[in-house]
Amino acid sequence: MPNKTVNLTMIETRQLSKRYGDLVAVDGISFKVEPGQVLGFLGPNGAGKSTTMKMLAGFLAPTSGGATVGGFDIESRPLDAKRVLGYLPEGAPSYGEMTVHEFLEFIADVRGLKGDRRYKRLDDTIARLHLERVLEQPIDTLSKGFKRRVGLAQAILHDPAVLILDEPTDGLDPNQKHEVRTLINAMSHDKTIIVSTHLLEEVHAVCTRAIIIAAGRILADATPSELEARSRYHQAVSLTAENVGAAKEALARVADVAAIEVDPQDGRITAFPKPGRAIFVAVSDALKAQGVSVRELALEPGRLDEVFRAVTQGAVGKEART
Amino acid sequence: MSGVITVFKRELKSYFSTPVAYVFIVIFLILSGAFTFYLGNFYERGQADLQPFFNFHPWLYLFLVPAVSMRLWAEERKSGTIELLLTLPVTMWQAVLGKFLAAWAFIGIALVLTFPIWITVNYLGSPDNGVIFASYLGSMLMAGAFLAIGACISAATRNQVIAFILTVVVCFLLLLAGFPLVLDAFRAVAPQGVVDAVAGLSFLTHFTSISKGVIDLRDLIYFLLMIGVWLYANAVVIDLKKAA
Repeated sequence: MPNKTVNLTMIETRQLSKRYGDLVAVDGISFKVEPGQVLGFLGPNGAGKSTTMKMLAGFLAPTSGGATVGGFDIESRPLDAKRVLGYLPEGAPSYGEMTVHEFLEFIADVRGLKGDRRYKRLDDTIARLHLERVLEQPIDTLSKGFKRRVGLAQAILHDPAVLILDEPTDGLDPNQKHEVRTLINAMSHDKTIIVSTHLLEEVHAVCTRAIIIAAGRILADATPSELEARSRYHQAVSLTAENVGAAKEALARVADVAAIEVDPQDGRITAFPKPGRAIFVAVSDALKAQGVSVRELALEPGRLDEVFRAVTQGAVGKEART
Repeated sequence: MSGVITVFKRELKSYFSTPVAYVFIVIFLILSGAFTFYLGNFYERGQADLQPFFNFHPWLYLFLVPAVSMRLWAEERKSGTIELLLTLPVTMWQAVLGKFLAAWAFIGIALVLTFPIWITVNYLGSPDNGVIFASYLGSMLMAGAFLAIGACISAATRNQVIAFILTVVVCFLLLLAGFPLVLDAFRAVAPQGVVDAVAGLSFLTHFTSISKGVIDLRDLIYFLLMIGVWLYANAVVIDLKKAA
């Protein structure tokens, strides 16, 4: 294993751009990712997530700008960059007529794994992804979940320092999603990982940092909790009460409450704080003082989906731009 | 080089993990035998040579080689594995060569399996085995040229049927480039020099001269150049079309 300096930048893009004729797919994206980080790529479909990943993986050539993977320029030293990298393309394509075992042997050949290390890596990968049962089955005959696991196995077989996973949990059932996320978490401490997704819960489950992309540009680059803090719901208090009217009255008396909304469907009341204020204690005191019986009371951490919508639809796009 | 071998091995193995390989080989052997004995009058000619056998190879290849080449890249594009292959640490050239050589070797295997006819002719008489060897070589080279054309066209589409038909058409035109069917079209619009150049591209002319036992360097170079140029075009096409 090569020496890894702690603060070595494993992935760096500089004004990375991709144009197809008049269409700008990726428009001057710059970011750095360090070991130990799991970067979530968020964005609506067609935002440029996959294109960016394809360029990093060396499949597409950038129109302008550049990038390095593991310190190697993707255009001048593509093979070195590809050796450092494990890449799961969107949809986890693999050669369907091969058995899982043949396929992994092929990947081991291409990756130049030999001798003891080859056996160890194959064993370890097969065990990690629970592929023992299907080793001798043609990949075509496997379920979607298993196909995805084979794709992941291919990506991590050579124990790469950098992992780029394009929608690794897309189309999996909740148990399989959980498994994949656990796997990503387990690998995250010594690797640099980029995961693209449009599932916001995934950002919480695996990412230490999130970049929101839309129309080929970076609109936000922050930790998941920082993103949540941008939500209108951040620090808001929501509750359900027997008597909605009385609860609303009690809430209106709290000084720091800026607005009160009632969900017309389930009657859930949400009180929004004035900017920068915390209202949880004041709200619960006020409710108690007024003798309003509350079935449930919760402090909202902020809603990622709301931030995502706001950012990508341009409502708070301007100030969120970093 | 190891990249070429790895891709080559995977490809060749994949032919035999589906029925495609067996169907192809059986059809090839049956057709080449049937043509030789029924259309080529193998016995009636009363000559101990394999001329009637090799004469039909260009026409057999015209339909069978595109059937092998059509899936080469179209399938990779359709299933998305092209993205996997080209993001593994192999160069474009290693991928192109590995896949081409595997398909070529596969056709080579089919060709080698025609050996009973060589035994037959040696049993019946005493043929010039030098000529037969030259013919096998010419046949193999011609198959390679067909295949390179097919590989390039296969890279341009994700639809295997389109790849097949286009390859047949292009190969047919090149096969007959020395004949009036193609030349007349050029004579109408192009100067004599161009017509001669087109005539010089004919597969059939070059193959016939090799299969007469004359291994002319020019014929060898012709086929190798043909393979090289089409494979180069193959790599260019992949580069251009992989984003689509």
